[in-house]
Amino acid sequence: MTDLTLSQPRQGLPAWAGRLPVALLLAVAFGVVPFVGDQYLFDAILVPFLALSLAGVGLNLLTGYAGQVSLGSAAFMAVGAFASYNFILRIEGLPLLAGLALGGVTAAAVGLVFGLPSLRLKGFYLAVSTLAAQFFVQWALTKFDWFSNGNASGVITAPPLTVLGISFDSSVGRYLFSLIVVALLTLAAWRLTRSEIGRSFIAVRDRDVAASSLGISVLRVKLLAFAVSSFIVGVAGALWAFAYLRTVEPAGFDLDRSFQILFIVIIGGLASIRGAFLGAGFIVIFPLILSRLGQALLGDTFDSGVLENAQKIVVGGLIIAFLIAEPAGLSALVARLTRRNLN
Amino acid sequence: MDFLLEVLVGGLLSGVMYSLVAIGFVLIYKTSGVLNFAQGAQLLFAALTFVSLVEREVPFVAALAITLGAMVVIGLAIERFVLRPLVNQPPITLFMATLGLSYVIEGASQLLWGAQVHGLDLGIDDAPIEAAGIFISQFDLFAAGIAGAMVLALVLFFRKTRTGLAFRAVADDQVAALSVGIRLPRVWVAVWIAAGVVALVSGLLWGARLGVQFSLSLVVLKALPVLVLGGFDSVAGAIVGGLLIGAAEKLAEVYIGPLFGGGIEGWFAYVAALAFLLVRPSGLFGQKLVERV
Repeated sequence: MTDLTLSQPRQGLPAWAGRLPVALLLAVAFGVVPFVGDQYLFDAILVPFLALSLAGVGLNLLTGYAGQVSLGSAAFMAVGAFASYNFILRIEGLPLLAGLALGGVTAAAVGLVFGLPSLRLKGFYLAVSTLAAQFFVQWALTKFDWFSNGNASGVITAPPLTVLGISFDSSVGRYLFSLIVVALLTLAAWRLTRSEIGRSFIAVRDRDVAASSLGISVLRVKLLAFAVSSFIVGVAGALWAFAYLRTVEPAGFDLDRSFQILFIVIIGGLASIRGAFLGAGFIVIFPLILSRLGQALLGDTFDSGVLENAQKIVVGGLIIAFLIAEPAGLSALVARLTRRNLN
Repeated sequence: MDFLLEVLVGGLLSGVMYSLVAIGFVLIYKTSGVLNFAQGAQLLFAALTFVSLVEREVPFVAALAITLGAMVVIGLAIERFVLRPLVNQPPITLFMATLGLSYVIEGASQLLWGAQVHGLDLGIDDAPIEAAGIFISQFDLFAAGIAGAMVLALVLFFRKTRTGLAFRAVADDQVAALSVGIRLPRVWVAVWIAAGVVALVSGLLWGARLGVQFSLSLVVLKALPVLVLGGFDSVAGAIVGGLLIGAAEKLAEVYIGPLFGGGIEGWFAYVAALAFLLVRPSGLFGQKLVERV
């Protein structure tokens, strides 16, 4: 892992100035976007963007801040989604948000179990071990139809999104619902990274021996990182299932999804909350642009198979190019650009 | 008892197939510290190229030579366009780059040769033969023979040639290797080419077994638990790990699987490797790179 320093407050500016862009963004997201956006923007771009951003934030706590690489994020998303679904289905009158929270708690518990190898393994050994979660969870959810209330192929359908009697089932509603959940959890995650716990994550990542000699319990910190991260990723999975897809099967949370979340974190920038949003934006919007571009340039001369393979090549190539050009991620790029503008 | 033995032998032989893929990983990890996820894509590309050439009436040996040439070109390109610009980046960045690489190679090989399933006949009879009262697949024996020959060749290469010596020096200590005048980029090119050759051999064997198609690139997922068990940097570990995982997986499939209603082969190897590592964190033969926490 690279040694990243803690972010310093910008000198010469009052503390609130640094938070201004975020406040502005939130104001626009709550106050302007719901009135000007159309259904396509909400359903196909913003809602998946929000869910993936949240998953990115969750994984970033684990990988970026605590330095433990996980290739099993989609498994924890699946646990969150299926657990929320079952809590809401099986407990009469359970509020939706409580169901989401319980789904997150279940994901955290599962994350804790699959985080146990981190006590003895490091680096790629640990990363590969987290694949155990990926394959086991997907298998269990498909194999035992109890999880999907008796559906043979494991498909679940989202419960109605109603909070305190207000229905969020329209396109705008699903967007606002996701936005509220994501904003709250992101705030919590951001506070966490600035707290003693967050600093102990960074200490364990940068030098575990030094951390333990400072009195930080490395084992507890690692497990805590797995639990907190899995909680957030689990809620993100529930959002993905309930607000975005509406009907979801375990196959939707496959290894490719795990890699996608990891891409978001790497492309956005490790140990950066902002990076998770930038990375998710890139991952959601980029394929849309690419397929539009492909259609515009090539028309219908090629069949979808060719287009798909061409897209794969371009995406893969761009990932490599991106890693070469900006290894610290979009977040570093943005930081550099804004600093230049301020000076 | 015979049945148990038959399952065991079958498992060991399929473990050899896992080892084949794992060796490709080990070669690259040992010398450059990169966990090359694109190994599966390379394997797919090699098998697909070979089988498509053979279907176009190219003679066997010529097809083999052309595919080999392609693997060399790919190795050169990877070193030049991916590894060299990313030198000194953290391992996770390099891993991500190989993920990107695997997309590129998968997309390119299917764009080039199409996505349909090809049968690959290496001319080996898959009829089981009887030995000491148990049935063994002839093809598996052949694969084991090839794997053995390849390992022997690798060992000789590492021990007896100058390039092999350079490989070992780089694996041991990159800075020290640089300071005695070993050219790191050249070693990397050579090692990626070597991994390409391993990919070709394992691609042909796996292709003959499963049919040459996209899912061939997923055999990397079979090799990863072997690597965790055997150690990312040990050829011997890849072999023994492969045998252990293969045998454990087959036994579990037969004796434990039915308790869960089957289908456990997707995750059993990972859980088995994990359980083993909780006892012995550095794997079977891995160097003590995995520090105790």
